[in-house]
This record gives sequence, C-alpha cells and structure tokens, in this order.
Amino acid sequence: MAQATPLSGRRWSPPPLIKNPWIRWGLILGAVIYFAVALSTLQFSPERVARGIQRSGQLLLAFLQPDFTTRGNLILVGILESVTMAAISTVAGFIISVPVGFGAARNLVPVPVYLFCRGLIALSRTFQEVIIAILFVVMFGFGPFAGVLTLTFGSLGFFSKLLAEDIEEIDPAQVEAIRSTGASWLKMVSYAVVPQVLPRMIGLTLYRFDINIREAAILGIVGAGGIGSTLNTSLRRYDYDTASAIILVIIALVMTVELTSGWIRKRVQ
Amino acid sequence: MLRIESLTKRYPTGDMALKGVNLEVPDGQVMALIGPSGAGKSTLIRCINRLVEPTSGNVWLNRVNLTRLNTRELRQARRKIGMIFQEYALVERLTVMENVLSGQLGYVNFWQSWFRKFPQSTIDEAFRLLDRVGLSEFPDKRADALSGGQRQRVGIARALLQNPELLLVDEPTASLDPKTSRQIMRLINELASERGLSVIINIHDVPLAQMFAQRIVGLRFGEVVYDGPPNRLTPAVLNEIYGEEDWNASGPAQDSQDSEDSESVSVGVAAH
Ligand SMILES: Nc1ncnc2c1ncn2[C@@H]1O[C@H](COP(=O)(O)OP(=O)(O)O)[C@@H](O)[C@H]1O
Ligand SMILES: [Mg+2]
Repeated sequence: MAQATPLSGRRWSPPPLIKNPWIRWGLILGAVIYFAVALSTLQFSPERVARGIQRSGQLLLAFLQPDFTTRGNLILVGILESVTMAAISTVAGFIISVPVGFGAARNLVPVPVYLFCRGLIALSRTFQEVIIAILFVVMFGFGPFAGVLTLTFGSLGFFSKLLAEDIEEIDPAQVEAIRSTGASWLKMVSYAVVPQVLPRMIGLTLYRFDINIREAAILGIVGAGGIGSTLNTSLRRYDYDTASAIILVIIALVMTVELTSGWIRKRVQ
Repeated sequence: MLRIESLTKRYPTGDMALKGVNLEVPDGQVMALIGPSGAGKSTLIRCINRLVEPTSGNVWLNRVNLTRLNTRELRQARRKIGMIFQEYALVERLTVMENVLSGQLGYVNFWQSWFRKFPQSTIDEAFRLLDRVGLSEFPDKRADALSGGQRQRVGIARALLQNPELLLVDEPTASLDPKTSRQIMRLINELASERGLSVIINIHDVPLAQMFAQRIVGLRFGEVVYDGPPNRLTPAVLNEIYGEEDWNASGPAQDSQDSEDSESVSVGVAAH
C-alpha cells in the first residue's frame, strides 16, 4: 500500500473556495461587469470633482478661522443638550435592556421568552438611528425628546444583544454550583451570572455613551435636538465660521469622552 | 439515608448513561464511585440533586422522593445536599467569603443575596469553616487568585455551609497534584466524619478511593459491577470495571489485607 503512493513529487494546492469552475468564474465575471456598470451610473465628471475641490478649499479656509463667540450661547446650549440626551438615553437604554438581555439569553429562559426578546432586539437593530429619529420627530415633534427616544431605542438593541451574547457564554459550572445550593433563579442570576457579566456591562455602558454622544450630534440634522440642529442651521446660513467652531467643539467633546471612557474601562477590567 | 431505585438516564443524544442503578447509602457512610470515564459517575450524582433530570427511577433522601418534587420543593431539598466539583465551580470574580456564603443562598431572600447581607450567625459559621479548611487569612481575596487546592477548600467550605445531610463530590482531585489530592481527600473525609455526613465521591484514582472510602462501588456502562469494601478490589474486579489491563504492573497489590499495607502501596501509585 505504502509503495503505491509515491512519497515525493506529489502535488498539492489549497482547495478552491467554490469547487465548480463554471460557478467560480461565472461569479467573478458577474462581479466585474456589475462594478463596471455601477461606476458608469455615478456620473463622474472632472468638472464636478474640480468644483468639489474648490468648495472644500473655501470650507477649509473658513475652518481656519472658527468663530466661537458670535453664536457662543447657541453652541453651548446645543452641546449641553447633546450631552444630556446621550446621558439620559444611555441610562434609560441600559435599564430597559437588562430584562430584555436576560430574556434573550438562551441558557437562562424558556423558548417563548427568548423568541420575544430576540424579536425586540431585532426590531431595534433593523433601522439606522436617523430613520428612527425621523419617525419619532414625526410622532412627537421637533426637539430633544424625539432624540432621547431614538437613542434609548438604539441603546436597547445594542445593550441587550451584547448582554445576551455575553450571558450565553458564561461558565455554566458556576451557575450549576449556585443552583445546587438551592438558590432560586433570581438569586442564581445575582450570584452566578451578574458577577460574570458585570465588568463587560460597565465597559459597554461607557462605550455606548460614546456612541450616543456622536449620534446625538447627528440627530439634530433631522430635527431631533442637540448640537446637530445648531450645526445644521449655521451651515444653511453659510455661516461657516460658526459651523467650524461647532465641528471643533464636537471633535473635542467626542475625543474627551472617548479618552475618559477608555481609561475607565481599562480600570474596571 | 439515600436510596436509589432502578435509576435510568437517557440523554437527548440517545446515550444510555445509567441503566437501572440500585444503591443504598446509609447515614455517615463515605462511598467512592469508581469507573472509567463515561461510565456514568457524574450523571449518577447529578441525578440525585437533579442538576440532570433522571429519565426514570426513584431517589429517596430520608423520607423524600427527590424525583417527584416540584421546582420549589426541589430547591428546598437541594439545601440539604452539598456538592463539590472537579473544576471547583467557584464564582471566579467573587471573593472567598462571598463564595462560601453562597452555601446559604437557599435560606436568605433575594435582596439579602443581592447585597450579600447574610445573618451574623451565618457569617460566624462561614469564618469557622474557613478556619477549619485553612483559609481564614484571606476571606476577601478573589476566587480566581487562589491556587487549585485553595479553591477546592473554598468549594468544600461552601458545600459545608449548607449544613448538608448528603455530600456529592464529583472528581474533587482530578485537577490537583497528588499531594494536594490526598490533603483534599483527607479533609473531606475528616469533615464528613465530624458531621456524620453521607458522602458519594466520584473518583477515577483507585488507590485514593481505597485509601479514604469505606465502600467502593464500581460503575461500567451505566451499571453497577462492583459493590464492596476497598480491600476486595482484585485485578479481576478491576478488569470487570475498567476492562483488561495488567493491574500488577502499576496497580495496588491485590492481596494486601490490612489498611496500613494498602495505604503504603497506594501512595506509591498515587505519586507515580
Ligand atoms: N450532557 C450530556 N449530553 C449527552 N450525553 C452526555 C451528557 N453528559 C454525559 N453524557 C454521556 O453519558 C455517559 C456518561 O457520562 P458521565 O456521567 O459524564 O460519565 P463519567 O462521569 O463517569 O465520566 C457518557 O457516554 C457521556 O457521553
Ligand atoms: Mg465525570
């Protein structure tokens, strides 16, 4: 038997991802044609690119002389509103997502509860924040309330999905040991599940606060309050000096929050 | 007294892990359950406190049929059954003291468990147990900062804080070095006799089982194939339990009658 296969000169190459060569080359060709056609619909033209570059030059010039003072009051109010929106919705989102997250962990609950909570999460994660914000603005009118609802809803999907996934990966032996003492489900959760997921939950809360700060800056553009509204107004009035001041403030804010939350997260682990 | 009647367990995968096991464990007896891996040792002790639901059969602890209890009654029954695990199964991120106190979770309400507000008498008893297992110095150290032997001591203290009538022990030494294994087995044994507990110890180390148990039950393919004193484990019996192997080459001397002799042989094997 061993002599039947020669031990040297036997060729080997990694097996292709798609075995059938017709399907493989067909897919590659199809993709190339699609991109060629897609590019041609974008109406690239050298003039448009030139105009864009010129305009960004103007914008850049304006950014070199940001004006913090003329509309300083509005900027301050906008920033405070954004931070408030982010903070409230992070906390509210977290509180709501605790039960949903536990309910969406397959190893803790019966199937019907699991399916219901997973459905809720899927719903929250289906739409981009801006689309939800437009809906809430239509329902509840302009202003930060719609923004807070949007961010809370978004945080709900974010937290509960990650919480559920984290819970599904906990060490089952620790849960078993606590169950074997005669502890009820709730006590088991408080003693064997929460300690296993808490550090990551704190990290995620800070991370979501980060995200919410950024989102809160955007939502104003569709009328859901915050610094985005101020930015939108100033851009529409060609008040680039103020706009640049606002953007700088947003950058500073996001960076501060990111650095702080990163620092805290590291200490929690 | 624990009485197991024609206990069977079929896992959803189709494995018949237990095929009609009958056993009686009198009060105060330390019984070792030996057998090759996959014999059903873990399944058997997990069917007692129903971490695994038995398929059929009865398990009587004193006057209570554990297999017939509803969730609430089962929780109450579990308070009297302590369990010690192979990989210790401590809540890693909690402190030694929190882990020990979890043995009393069946007796406090949710908020007490959430804020770790246990009655002073429980805390006193927990400190006494920590002292007894030799860990009184670091009640506030996190469980994941302990060595294997120390973790198992915490596991023992947790099980004993339940003030159990029955102790279920699943391969307590499988993750420990030979010396620590002996210390842990000795500790379990001493505590059991101090408190008059019935103990079922799953263990794959035959010499260790012979050294510490009053009675040995051999399990193979979910059936009891040996039930008797430690000194009657002849090579023939070991063959029956584990399958053919030359037991004289590395195993215990089959005809050592007095315990002194058998212990010295066992030591050699345990360390080998
Ligand atoms: N959760 C499970 N699901 C399916 N089969 C299992 C499960 N646990 C154990 N078994 C099977 O049951 C048999 C007995 O296992 P176990 O009780 O763990 O044996 P032991 O503890 O003696 O090594 C084995 O065949 C094992 O594969
Ligand atoms: Mg086992």
